[in-house]
Amino acid sequence: MENLISIFVKSIFVDNMIFAYFLGMCSYLAVSKTVKTSVGLGIAVVFVLGITVPVDYLLNKYLLVPGALSWLSPELADVDLSFLSFIMFIAVIASMVQLVEMVIEKFSPALYSSLGIFLPLIAVNCAILGGSLFMQERDYANIAEATSFGLGSGVGWFLAIVGIAAIREKIRYSNVPAPLRGLGITFIITGLMGIAFMSFMGIKL
Amino acid sequence: MNNRESLFSAKNRRLLTTPLGKENPITIQVLGICSALAVTVKLEPAFVMTISVIAVLAVGNMIISLLRRTIAPRIRIIVQLVVIASLVILVDQVLKAFVYDVSKQLSVFVGLIITNCIIMGRFEAFAMSNKPWPSFLDGVGNATGYGIILIIVAFFRELLGSGSVWGYQIAPQFLYDWGYKDNGLMILPPGALIVIGIIIWVQRSRDKELIEEN
Repeated sequence: MENLISIFVKSIFVDNMIFAYFLGMCSYLAVSKTVKTSVGLGIAVVFVLGITVPVDYLLNKYLLVPGALSWLSPELADVDLSFLSFIMFIAVIASMVQLVEMVIEKFSPALYSSLGIFLPLIAVNCAILGGSLFMQERDYANIAEATSFGLGSGVGWFLAIVGIAAIREKIRYSNVPAPLRGLGITFIITGLMGIAFMSFMGIKL
Repeated sequence: MNNRESLFSAKNRRLLTTPLGKENPITIQVLGICSALAVTVKLEPAFVMTISVIAVLAVGNMIISLLRRTIAPRIRIIVQLVVIASLVILVDQVLKAFVYDVSKQLSVFVGLIITNCIIMGRFEAFAMSNKPWPSFLDGVGNATGYGIILIIVAFFRELLGSGSVWGYQIAPQFLYDWGYKDNGLMILPPGALIVIGIIIWVQRSRDKELIEEN
């Protein structure tokens, strides 16, 4: 249990998707103009990461890693399908996003209409595929660890996008040099936020 | 067939050159930032990444353009993802076979070419409505525009962060003896963001049309 909490906190602060790995930057930059929309997108990302990482974990464990197919028959024990992982993961993500979209539409039309276009766009958010690929690279021991990693990364992404959106709402009132306005200053602020987040490095739980 | 455009007509050349400056994928269109920042600590992985993206985008653009009349609009995203994913698997296997060290350094970022927005963006914006050859050029142009920024960022980060270029020590030993220190910030993630911010600043102050409203 402590292990799970440690993975969760670590993936929010220390291995933050945006400040440490720059994943999901495209939508981070495009959707962070107001706090309201960024909260919607953030929630959707937490949701999708929390579902796809454990699903991809199962897929990886029982289908893709070398020898994973041995539960089918002992002859398949040395089959290595790991080269297929990109295509499998992206297929799972695309279909999960579709599924999540349909479920939300059915059970919570209000949330559905507030998320709007962002939900389908999550399929091509690098943070989601990145989550699955990091899960594969780091070799989590069981599905609970993978889930807590997925949720933690999602929450970290959520914090980052809401933070930058709040700053961008305020920065409208300041006198930024003309060529830096918009994109340029957003990059530099993200850099400064990244420096702040670096102070979490080295924390051991 | 006399009125057929030549392969390198002015229009086609423009496809190749505008993404290098005025419509640069990273600094203007804001596509494909994720990988641009993460692989630029050293020049070599940045260069390998550039080549991989050029290959995937040019070939992918051409394939999508050839298929554009047969893809049903409703399922086009899945089709595009399958095309990209297969090309990326090829690139990944080639990298693992020939430059294993670099492939290890790039780690998950080769896989993340799949969700690199430049690729989907160019498929949607260009390849779905243009002929194969212009699509190919558009792919090469955009991927090169992306690569130029990657290489500029990597050059400065490696030079200032480790005092070397392409793994060769540039900053001489006597500088260190006099008390010069490598700038550790450049190697860390925030360094990349600040360098790109400065590139955008320089580009937009040279070209006033690109300045944003707010």
